[in-house]
Order: sequence, then C-alpha cells, then structure tokens
Amino acid sequence: MKTFISLFASFFKVGLFTFGGGYAMLPLLKAEVVEKRNWVTENELLDYFSIGQCTPGIIAVNVSTFCGYKLKGIKGAIVSTTAMILPSLIIITLIASVLKSYMHLSVVSNAFAGIRLGVIALLINLMFDMGKKIFKESNNKKLHSFIFLLSVCLLLLADTSAVFIVILAAVLGFIPTFGKLWRRAKK
Amino acid sequence: MIYWLLFFEFFKIGLFAIGGGAVTIPFLFDLSEKYGWFSTAELTDMIAVSESTPGPLGVNMATFAGFQTAGILGGIIATFGLVLPSVIIIILISKLLKQFSQNEHAQTLLSSIRPGVLALIIFAGWQIARISIVDIKTTIIFVIFTTLIYFYKKSPIFYILLSATVGIILKL
Repeated sequence: MKTFISLFASFFKVGLFTFGGGYAMLPLLKAEVVEKRNWVTENELLDYFSIGQCTPGIIAVNVSTFCGYKLKGIKGAIVSTTAMILPSLIIITLIASVLKSYMHLSVVSNAFAGIRLGVIALLINLMFDMGKKIFKESNNKKLHSFIFLLSVCLLLLADTSAVFIVILAAVLGFIPTFGKLWRRAKK
Repeated sequence: MIYWLLFFEFFKIGLFAIGGGAVTIPFLFDLSEKYGWFSTAELTDMIAVSESTPGPLGVNMATFAGFQTAGILGGIIATFGLVLPSVIIIILISKLLKQFSQNEHAQTLLSSIRPGVLALIIFAGWQIARISIVDIKTTIIFVIFTTLIYFYKKSPIFYILLSATVGIILKL
C-alpha cells in the first residue's frame, strides 16, 4: 500500500510540473523515479522513452505506465498513469469552466517564457549527464558515437521523425551482429 | 450517446497518434470538422491553453475538447479514452520486455537505440530554444540557468519554479 501511495505522489508531482510533455518531463522524471526513489535505472528510463516514442499514444502516458508496471504490475500501471493525468484533468477543467481569461493574463505568458528557458537548461544538463553514462557503458563506442552524430544531423538538417531515428539506430546497432552471423554462416 | 462517441473517438486518437501530444492536433481538427463539437478558433485557443498549463499536451487537449463538448464528465471520458490504448499496449510490451531483458540481442538493440534517444533529447531542447532564446536577455538568462543547474543539483521543480519567477519579474 505504501508503494502505491508513493507511486501516486511521485507521478502526480511529475504531471503537475511537466510543461508540454515528451522530453520536457525527462529531467523531472529522472530526479523522481531514478534518483529519489530508485524504482528504475537511467537506462531503463531511456528505453521506455524510445519504446514510448514508437508506440501509439502520448509519450508521457506510455512512460508512466512502464514505470508503474515495473514496480507493481497492472495495478501499479493504472495508479501511476492516473496520478500523472490527474493534475491535467483538474487544471484544464478549472480553466475551461472558470478562468476563461487565464490566457490573457500577461503574468502567465511571462512565467511560461521563463519556464521554457529553464526547461532547455535542464535538458542540456540532462544530456551531458546521460551522454557521459551511455558512452562510458557502451561496448561499441565507435558505432554508438556514429549513431548519435548521425541522429543529431538528421534531426537538425532534415527534421526526421523520432520513430525513424529509433528504427535507424536499432538497424545500425545490429550491423555487427549481422556481420558475425554472416561470417559464421559462411564457415 | 455523446459520451460513447467521445470515448470512441478519443480511443481512436490514442490508438493512432504515434509520437506524442502534438500528433493529436491534426486528429482534433478532423473531429471539429466531422462533428462540429468545437470550432477551429476554439481549437486554436485550446492548443494555446494546453501549451501553457502543466501536464502533457495531448492529455490537456483531450480534457479540454471533452469538456467543451460535454462538460466535466466529457473531459474525463475523452481523457480516459485517449489514455486507454497506451496503457493496454505498454502493459503488453512490458511483459515482453521482462521476458527478453536478459537476451543478448535485446540488449544490443536497446543499447544502440540509446544514443539515438540522446539525439532526440538534444533536438527537443533545440526546438524549444528556437522559439524561446530570441535576444540577448533570454540568452543571458539561459546561460545562467544552465550554469546554476550544472553546479547546484537541486530538484527540477525548484528550477521550474525559479524560472517561472524570473520570467514574471523580468517580464519575458
């Protein structure tokens, strides 16, 4: 029961302080479920994002379901996902019914201009953190650096879709394995 | 009944919108044309509100659209419909992942995707930066934030609240 309550509290917090969704929630999620609670590892979290990217639905929901399921099975998945979307439900319902003029407050747009800068700064730090770890643990540094650089170029220059990047990385990553199998087959 | 229709339509969006929140937007334009539940102008407002409130964009949009169509219960049902396909699909994938997590090939696969995801994180930052770092003032604030976060490991919530406060005080 205690785990369910902390699961709920953590994901409610993530839902409440995530702006925009997707990767913007990654720094917060990492602080909460990896560093504070030790529920999943950093690598697992990245894997959840890469799978959540290629499966139907909102990425934030996909990742919450993954974390909840890993911890407490189907019930855990339902608790974490409900907690994650609850702040949205409450806040949007309030704004839509009562605070119709919310959008026209200059305070709101100023705050959000600030938050966006904060989120970019968080993402940059996260990228360094995770990047160091990924390449330290990598068993094929050359190939993984190539995948990373190619992905960055494709995204920046050709605006490729995220699904394409994930599939491309998977295919490139398998080339050494294919090579091994090919050589074994030839013998 | 309107609630069934809402549930069904948003379940469909949840099932076919691959790649996250922003992908739901074209589906919502279709809904507006098909049923006239909300106008295109209302939809534009919804996007603006969803982008400037906490929570994932897609979830916010579903709640808003459902609320506009059928009140509080409509908001809940639309959101539930949107989320349900994800929850089912991810639970199934989780089961598979558990089985294959020790598999050598699965590990090769996941570890080679991670550098790609790293690139996606950078790109996400770049996309926000393009519309937010627009002049000297925002550049300086951004550099200060990045340095602060690098040297003082506080909770991201602290930095989000701090950056909101800075935005209000400096009228960004």
